[in-house]
Amino acid sequence: MFVYMDHTATTPTSPEVLQAMMPYFGENFGNPSSVYSFSRKSRAAIEKARTQVANALNADPSEIFFTSSGTEADNWSLKGTFEKGKSSGKTHIITSAIEHHAILHTCEYLHKVEGAEVTYLPVDAEGFVSVDDVRNAITDKTALVSVMFANNEVGTIEPVAEIGALCREKGVPFHTDAVQAAAHLKIDVKAMNIDMLSMSAHKMYGPKGVGALYLRKGLRPENFMHGGAQEKGRRASTENIAGIVGFGEAMEILQGRLADDLAVNSARRDRLIAGILERIPHAKLNGATGTHRLPNNVNFSFIGVEGETLLLDLDMKGISASTGSACSSESLDPSHVLMALGLKHEMAHGSLRFTLGRLTTDEQVDYVLDVLPEIVAKRRAMSPLWEDYLKSQEGK
Amino acid sequence: MALDYSQKVMDHFMNPRNVGEIENADGVGEAGNPKCGDIMKIYLKVNPETNIIEDVKFKTFGCASAIASSSMATELIKGRTIEDAWNLTNNAVAEALDGLPPIKMHCSVLAEESIHAALNDYREKHGMPVIPMEHHED
Repeated sequence: MFVYMDHTATTPTSPEVLQAMMPYFGENFGNPSSVYSFSRKSRAAIEKARTQVANALNADPSEIFFTSSGTEADNWSLKGTFEKGKSSGKTHIITSAIEHHAILHTCEYLHKVEGAEVTYLPVDAEGFVSVDDVRNAITDKTALVSVMFANNEVGTIEPVAEIGALCREKGVPFHTDAVQAAAHLKIDVKAMNIDMLSMSAHKMYGPKGVGALYLRKGLRPENFMHGGAQEKGRRASTENIAGIVGFGEAMEILQGRLADDLAVNSARRDRLIAGILERIPHAKLNGATGTHRLPNNVNFSFIGVEGETLLLDLDMKGISASTGSACSSESLDPSHVLMALGLKHEMAHGSLRFTLGRLTTDEQVDYVLDVLPEIVAKRRAMSPLWEDYLKSQEGK
Repeated sequence: MALDYSQKVMDHFMNPRNVGEIENADGVGEAGNPKCGDIMKIYLKVNPETNIIEDVKFKTFGCASAIASSSMATELIKGRTIEDAWNLTNNAVAEALDGLPPIKMHCSVLAEESIHAALNDYREKHGMPVIPMEHHED
């Protein structure tokens, strides 16, 4: 059985989306910046997609700027806002300890190269940022607050609307990385007082290589990409028309099924969580529960086992999953997210993430629940840490 | 990158040899720490007449290359004298596995170090001088 349970890494482009994209590789290849009538089709296609994305967020189409990725949207938002405010003494950035590297590494860059002062807010054991911590961190030097909408590793959904309201009250721009959240949750940028929001198409059954930044009317961060006058002179580079068309389609299709997907995914998620807890002793769920958790995210640590071994064992059974273990990263450091949640190193190394989506079936959930306990037991049997753990439990 | 393993690594990972513990082992050694995500524990049964390693078992917490390195290292020292076993280098373990990804070479180092620790434990218990251990940087 092939079981793809890594929808947070990426999703397949849906057939309807692909179909909508196809004409813009061949017949409608015109450069939207050209004057002749033939290129009008390309321009119109981009504007249609802009409206589709804007509608999904309750934004105005003029507030949507297409980028090459969610990462670029994050970079633009942070660097552009910082550079804009620098001359008036706005040199402070507030973010959280569990952001995606697209945010964290951008903050590190701004600190190192531009001298930005960065506050990394801690999170609690379930991964929540405290609104009071944001309040206390804001100073008259704060250029922006950037807190992710929902965490990609453990699925915790942050109190974005509360942070948005606070930032609006304080007059500080608020950016949120919604790369994961936008694929699962209804987002209303007006009601939630969001000033800037990053998104990516390939997390929501659109193509790779296209993202967007929502920029509330009136906000003008410095440009990130310099060159031609595309995107009203705000983001240079010839548009990825097919990709943008695909993004718009994917976003519109998603809005039509958001509530159904949420119900189906949440039910499967909770069944997988309950099944693992029931069948595997000493398994720890990482992250929040219920409606505070992304509907498709399951993240566990198994005492005594290292995550990469579980991934390979699962792969042998046809199951694709993910881990926060160092051994699967380039750096050999365990996941900064799990460490920020207060996990011990060995627990962070032992994490396993399943992320559900449109490819998931109930049979697949059963299959994972069938094979996982055996795999964990096999690896625990050869682990000196598991042995130590069992001994430590004997006295209790 | 996690799947860039040789067939030998995958074989020793999926079907590790010599897993377990030896009760009343003549030498026990451990290397690594949970912070790095790797811990290897080696148990030796040594014939005191011949100083030949008659049995060896391991337990390892770590990634696939750590488990494969432990498994291969135990195969390489089984039936050898304690002197021969001491001379087993991490490179020899990695080579026997048809190579490890560069970032995973420390797993073979861990195998060498845990074997050295177990051999020194044996030497100490049997009144032989302990050999100073080299500690690799990674």
